Amino acid sequence: MTGLEAVILTIITASTPLLLAAIGELVVERSGVLNLGVEGMMVVGAVCGFATAYTTGSPYLGVLAGILAGMAMSLLFGFLTQTLATNQVASGLALTLLGLGLSGLIGESFTGLPGVKLQPIDIPVLSEIPFLGPILFGQDILVYISVALVFVVSHVMARTRTGLVIRAVGDNHHSAHALGYNVIAVRYGCILFGGACAGLSGAYLSLAYTPQWIENMTSGRGWIALALVVFATWIARRVLIGAYLFGTVWIMGLYAQALGIGIPSQVLSSFPYLITILVLVLISRNRTLTKINTPACIGQTFVPDR
Amino acid sequence: MSDFLLEAVHITKKFGDFAANDDVTLRLRPGEIHALLGENGAGKSTLVKMMYGALQPSEGELRWRGEAARIANPAAARALGIGMVFQHFSLFEALSVAENIALALPGDTDMKGLSARIERVSREYGLPLEPGALVADLSVGQRQRIEIVRCLLQEPSLLIMDEPTAVLTPQEADQLFVTLRRLASEGCAILYISHRLEEVKALCHEATVLRLGRVVAHVDPKQETAASLARHMVGIDVAAVSTRTAPAPGEAILKLDRVSLPADGPFGTALRDVSLEISGGEVVAIAGVAGNGQSELFDAVSGERLEGLTGMISIAGHACAVRGIKARRALGAAFVPEERLGHGAVPDFPLSQNVILTRFAVDDGMVRRGLVNLGLAGDVAGRVSGAFDVRTSRNDPEARSLSGGNLQKFVIGRELDRKPRLLVVNQPTWGVDAGAAAVIRQALIDLARDGSAVLVISQDLDEIFAIADRIAVISRGQLSAATPTAKIDREAIGLMMAGAHEVDDGGRAAS
Amino acid sequence: MRLVLERRAERSRLMGWLSPVVAVALTLATGAVIFSLMGLDPARALYVYFLEPVLWWWSLEELVVKAAPLVMIGVGLAVCFRANVWNIGAEGQLTMGALFGSALPILWHEFQSFPVMVLMLLMGALGGALYAAIPAFLRTRFGTNEILTSLMLVYVAQLIADWFIRGPWRDPQGFNFPKSVQFEGWQLLPTLGDGRMHLGAGLALVAVVVLYVVMSRTLKGFEVRVVGTAPRAGTFAGFSSKRMVWFCLLLSGGLAGLAGICEVAGPSGHLQPAISPGYGFTAIIVAFLGRLNPVGVLVAGVMLGISYLGGEAAQIDLGISDKTAQVFQGILLFFILACDTLILYRIRLLRPQTA
Repeated sequence: MTGLEAVILTIITASTPLLLAAIGELVVERSGVLNLGVEGMMVVGAVCGFATAYTTGSPYLGVLAGILAGMAMSLLFGFLTQTLATNQVASGLALTLLGLGLSGLIGESFTGLPGVKLQPIDIPVLSEIPFLGPILFGQDILVYISVALVFVVSHVMARTRTGLVIRAVGDNHHSAHALGYNVIAVRYGCILFGGACAGLSGAYLSLAYTPQWIENMTSGRGWIALALVVFATWIARRVLIGAYLFGTVWIMGLYAQALGIGIPSQVLSSFPYLITILVLVLISRNRTLTKINTPACIGQTFVPDR
Repeated sequence: MSDFLLEAVHITKKFGDFAANDDVTLRLRPGEIHALLGENGAGKSTLVKMMYGALQPSEGELRWRGEAARIANPAAARALGIGMVFQHFSLFEALSVAENIALALPGDTDMKGLSARIERVSREYGLPLEPGALVADLSVGQRQRIEIVRCLLQEPSLLIMDEPTAVLTPQEADQLFVTLRRLASEGCAILYISHRLEEVKALCHEATVLRLGRVVAHVDPKQETAASLARHMVGIDVAAVSTRTAPAPGEAILKLDRVSLPADGPFGTALRDVSLEISGGEVVAIAGVAGNGQSELFDAVSGERLEGLTGMISIAGHACAVRGIKARRALGAAFVPEERLGHGAVPDFPLSQNVILTRFAVDDGMVRRGLVNLGLAGDVAGRVSGAFDVRTSRNDPEARSLSGGNLQKFVIGRELDRKPRLLVVNQPTWGVDAGAAAVIRQALIDLARDGSAVLVISQDLDEIFAIADRIAVISRGQLSAATPTAKIDREAIGLMMAGAHEVDDGGRAAS
Repeated sequence: MRLVLERRAERSRLMGWLSPVVAVALTLATGAVIFSLMGLDPARALYVYFLEPVLWWWSLEELVVKAAPLVMIGVGLAVCFRANVWNIGAEGQLTMGALFGSALPILWHEFQSFPVMVLMLLMGALGGALYAAIPAFLRTRFGTNEILTSLMLVYVAQLIADWFIRGPWRDPQGFNFPKSVQFEGWQLLPTLGDGRMHLGAGLALVAVVVLYVVMSRTLKGFEVRVVGTAPRAGTFAGFSSKRMVWFCLLLSGGLAGLAGICEVAGPSGHLQPAISPGYGFTAIIVAFLGRLNPVGVLVAGVMLGISYLGGEAAQIDLGISDKTAQVFQGILLFFILACDTLILYRIRLLRPQTA
């Protein structure tokens, strides 16, 4: 294994959780809902995924548990913001705060235990191609799923009826309601999908990225995923680029740290956050680009007349 | 088999304790254009929403071709053959024309085949549409065509139209009537909601009049006069506004010279080189189809938005192009925006605090050393409510609990109470009942006759002809010269609203 | 059966008062259920958690120590959220305030007179405000969403503090522990008697009173409320939304910074990597539980302070994790938001109609 190959492999593992969480949030936001609770759903997904895998010995059951945990959290958010029409920003913050607390409580007895690692699936023959083989065909299943999700979401949003309805609901919920679409049901669906993706992303962290449970192990990735959606201007394929860009930055920081090139580790660790801010600034400077793609109803509550 | 296509029989719809529809019966025959008349709040929208499945009746039943039908949702209505064109369009700005239409059709749609069908149908009925265009880029008239074509593609047997001409130029309206008559001749029933009584007389075969949720008359509109129809709607004779003769115009109070302002948001219309002068004593009205730069003009004159503004503006002789709305108020100007709730008034605030909103910087003692004088604000709110007959359920209620007409009287009264030298009003009677509209129009005229300048931006030509001394037309962000009302007619204004004035505008705008 | 909402004609005043009470009651009920699931006697657990902290003088003192920063940050955030400015980076501003304020006693340890305390407090507030100025600048200049930037800056602030405490500001005689020199004399906030209650509590009270007057009586408070609930009406009145963003972020950042230096110069007496147990985030809950009203925030800050103490007590007495406190706080915020719905809406249960 060459040095470059190893770097690329770690970049993939660093990018995958960002990609998973961001693609889910993209669908949520397309439907006109802003769920700031990604971090909370992710961290609960991580702890439930780890706990289940540790208890049962099966990383795949862990993945499933992560997804379900993320969905359960998102359901809570859906109930508040859709059924009870609460403020989405505040509810998202609540979800994150609750998730961080809950994961700490659940994870307490799992801290420091050896994890169960999600093994790579080597595709026969192809994975033996030098250099490209391990990178493209020797990954664990979640990496494949994350990339496939981008293309599936991209296709569904642009080419199918489901995607059209989601975009319509996010663009103008009053019109969608007038045409007889159940705005709240569509949004519940998207919120659950976002929760599943965030939970999956968390499970990836605790089962593949670093197969163990560390408190607050998401360390802001949920928030970065939110920024990625803005970076991608709500276009699925751009999330792929963005996630890998951020993954690269993240890993470069770690490598620079390992090489000990004299920069304080704290400076390198702050890179992902600073880059996130920089990217947000660059994107938001271009008002026309962001405004045209921004779902017009984002963050607004909708209560139908009866 | 019944002769009737759709019957609404003894329908009652309650929202809480309030009956929006009370024992309403209405029957529609195939091929008939049936008018549904009534004031704002009479229950027209509630009734048609039940016919379209958007609401469910509390009592009574709907019958379709003689059989009881429960129309559970709009999709069910469309499946029966009921189409509806909404007053506030149910369109999606970020989607294409074809996507907007696909959303109203059942099941998965083949977009290519749909585009071909759209082109065919729109050509057939003289409603040209480009299937790939983004709705955000289209004019109001074009948007309405999408709504109509959307219905036509489902080959409806009943088409419901909610105030379709409110946003059209007279010529566009005539074109619409041609389409509607043709549809009726093909056997389609049309339920036509409108305020415009002349139009109803010319187009409709029958009319049902609602007042306060009840049917008060079934009439043949051809046998009625506009005045008699209005009497049915309102219940009493509505006083016509008295204009008196205009005094000789005084000196110019508002002057705009080549004012330009960028569009408000990606889908707005930029204001281009607008010039206008208004003197004390006169009412000048600006006609135009919605979305042609009216809100930008209001922003420029009020100073609400200054970024990118060029040109000269002066109020009462003071140049103020770079000064904000507070400074302009201090010069004696007052403003009333189009949107009452959330723009002209804070919905969650009581009326007294809404008084502070526009008067903290101009009234003596409203704010002292940074402290707000709530008592004084309450006195003003009481005075305004008394003078303009603002009816409230309790003392000093929240703005959003008032009906549209009452809140509009308050928002205009709040400014008139200051006796401003210049009053700028955007859509003074939009969505306001006839009684309140008459009060408001009279108040505007009286203010002008007392020597102030009044600028009214309106889409309602009836209103404009009733109150304006001079009329200018705004189209695509440009303003025509203001012409005395006596020297211009509806046809000419309609052509200008469609953009014809750009040609004979001294060549400056044509390039 | 479905839940549907019906809009009220006006906001319900009764529910405005009742909703936080109901939310607290629901949280306690949920807590009882959770405790019994954990195999504990719910009555005893709730007693240890929520009552014991207010039964003893020393624990009351400790409560004030915990509540003071929550209240101080919470009132600032309440003003922010009222104006629809979403500063969720108070934890970072608190950290920066602690750093700025500690500069004097660490770099000039011999400076020992009354002015040093005043300067430390001022520097703390300044540090927080300057740090909050970053999202304010990015929002007003480039339109960048302040939620994400202020939050990202929390992580950055903690890393900066970590660098200082492990690097240049580490106590040379500290056996290599990551902590600064111990503050002394005038560098420490005065306490009430020999107890732990310090000047920070007084400052928090002052902040509550001042902001209560500002919000309810002054034009500035009126402006905050208008811009927050109806931004277009705010521009129509002539209020600048950009200046409002600056005002809110500087105010809340300054208060968070002040809370930061008070933590360092009060209970701990030196800089260490864990400056606060998440006060900046808990203050978000405090602001909402207090209905975004300064006096409400005071009450809410005390309640959340109890949950911190209860968490510690429960760990000792019942042997359960102190993480339960954070869970309760999260649940409480959910219930507050849910109950607030009742202010604007009536809730109805719809039975499915039989077709």
